[in-house]
Amino acid sequence: MPLTLERRMEPSRTANILVPILSVLLALVAGGVLLWLVGVNPIETYKAMLHGAFGSAYAISETLVRATPLMLTGLAVSVAFRMLFWNIGAEGQLAMGAFAASGVALFLPKLVPGISAWWLLPAMLVGGFVGGALWALIPAMLKAFLSVNEIITTLMLNYVAILWIQYLYYGPWKDPLGFGFPGTAPFVDAAWLPRLKDTAWLPQLFNTGRLHWGLALAIVAAFVVWLILGRTRWGYEIKIIGENPRAARYAGISIVRNILLVMILSGGLAGLAGFVQVAGISHRLQQGIAVGDGYTAIIIAWLARLNPFGVLLVALLMAALFVGGDQIQISMGLPAAMAGVLQGAILFFVLGGNFFTQYRIRWTSRQAAVIGHQ
Amino acid sequence: MDLALILSILAVAIQAGTSLVYASVGEIFTERSGILNLGVEGIMIMGAVTSFATAYHTGSLAAALAVAVLVGGALALIHAFLTISLRADQVVSGLALTIFGTGLSAFLGQRLGPAGKPLVGLVGPRFRPVAIPGLSDLPVVGNALFNQDLLVYAMFILVPVASYYIYRTRPGLHLRAVGENPGTADALGIGVYRSRYLYTIFGGMLMALGGAHLSLAYTPGWTEGITGGRGWIAIALVIFALWNPYRALLGALLFGGVNAIQFRLQAAGATIPAPFLNMLPYLFTILVLTLVTIYEKTSKHVGAPAALGLPYVRGERTG
Repeated sequence: MPLTLERRMEPSRTANILVPILSVLLALVAGGVLLWLVGVNPIETYKAMLHGAFGSAYAISETLVRATPLMLTGLAVSVAFRMLFWNIGAEGQLAMGAFAASGVALFLPKLVPGISAWWLLPAMLVGGFVGGALWALIPAMLKAFLSVNEIITTLMLNYVAILWIQYLYYGPWKDPLGFGFPGTAPFVDAAWLPRLKDTAWLPQLFNTGRLHWGLALAIVAAFVVWLILGRTRWGYEIKIIGENPRAARYAGISIVRNILLVMILSGGLAGLAGFVQVAGISHRLQQGIAVGDGYTAIIIAWLARLNPFGVLLVALLMAALFVGGDQIQISMGLPAAMAGVLQGAILFFVLGGNFFTQYRIRWTSRQAAVIGHQ
Repeated sequence: MDLALILSILAVAIQAGTSLVYASVGEIFTERSGILNLGVEGIMIMGAVTSFATAYHTGSLAAALAVAVLVGGALALIHAFLTISLRADQVVSGLALTIFGTGLSAFLGQRLGPAGKPLVGLVGPRFRPVAIPGLSDLPVVGNALFNQDLLVYAMFILVPVASYYIYRTRPGLHLRAVGENPGTADALGIGVYRSRYLYTIFGGMLMALGGAHLSLAYTPGWTEGITGGRGWIAIALVIFALWNPYRALLGALLFGGVNAIQFRLQAAGATIPAPFLNMLPYLFTILVLTLVTIYEKTSKHVGAPAALGLPYVRGERTG
């Protein structure tokens, strides 16, 4: 056989950088073929998407707004994936974070009249984190103590969490003055995350759009995750468990404790995504809080190779696809679901491309191959 | 509860469980060969959208099923190529398939109607109950079992045939060998790569048929997210069933029963709010999965194929 495969001793650095970039390009080509098949000009469509995502200061602000929860869920998932705990439940953890943060925003001002944003927002933030973390603890405990498959349990709990918040905003928490609108009453002003355009000391760069301080929270979270994973003993333990659970056990690392702690962090980060959505954008708990960011997070984490700063970058790319997808729906009448198609395709190409970071393909002459066999 | 009520619940349970049976038997074949396919949800929903679109435009249910089978096979082929040939992580590849299938089905659902319009709200041909003369008049269970649609009858045949094939035939023995110990199977001259490709693709075809039963019989028509997590419930059922088709059928009927009871309660105007009733199948899945896991642990009975999820590379040690 003139083609032989060799396992590389070290993953190729060039391939490590080239594979994600080529994957995005190839996915765009594959998506282009799909568009062409349904009778649409792919170049025009991509141009419209690019314009929609980055074409103006407002568009860029919208892309950053869309990226914020994706960054947080992407971080959430990548922390858990690092120790090969398959947390597919960021969607539900986000919903429970949104629920808890909304609960604080709706009821704390009633207990403490005139509470200032300096107290209310941090309370909501903690609420969001705790809401997501507690929800994540259910599958974590089932896995840690009974070894119940976490892929299924985290996923099933997504549906339960979304039904739970639906129950609240259609039922007991529904805004009595909302004319039947499925949502709670709007939060008091002190519960709104300030927008960057309203922040006086920032340069005029951000003088438009809905961009809010949640973005800063996501960037800080990436730093914290980077510190934990790269600079602490705990991060080292997580890494060992992910790479070789047996070695970890011999080294006396408690897997049960790490599963619980990592899922508190992971669920908490996803819960923060829920917090930024209700405090920064919708200012109430309503339909459209859980729109699949917990699933997109899986693509983000994998594409970023579980690197926290990579997550920020890839989240931005995915957000651009979403915002661009909305744009082609408005301007060209094309389904916004195109974004999901492209994201799935990107992940396929990354998975396939990983092969080339780990293996080298050699073209050998027939003679050399024969000698090699002897 | 009187007998009539139980029987009407059984009839609905069979309807609600059929898609789960197809999907979990498909996953059983796939996993028996050592490949974990978490793309069930994505394949089912693609089967649902493409079969409904075909039925709508051609008027032919046979063509609709043929298209679903082709689409399911093609999607599973992507997973097979990535995980078998390119040795990609099976968990992530399956998740990618689900994300891709969900996105593509939403895209197609908005484009495949007449003149590029959405499919939502359209009414097309569907599988209707066909009473089997004689059998449907059997006392007690006749109507529940034998006044169903053709895909249900095909399922009644599929389960025993699949079980016989896996446990009683030579190719079935080879299939199990490939999933339990690919190295030994390879040494015995069984094509490990070839069988993994074949069973992954065959499994994908069954999953897509499960999706087709949703859009052509159980809840006729297309709505985005029509599968509602059934692909994931099917994966849980495989674990519950200890990779045995008969037990998968039993589990699917149990889940169908939960669905049926949920509808009953809703129709009867129960005081429990609808969202809580809708949570039942998901909570039930977690409960059943937990109990089965405890059972497997205490009885030391391991049902999973030993090589499940591990790539096979000739000449390299795995696991």
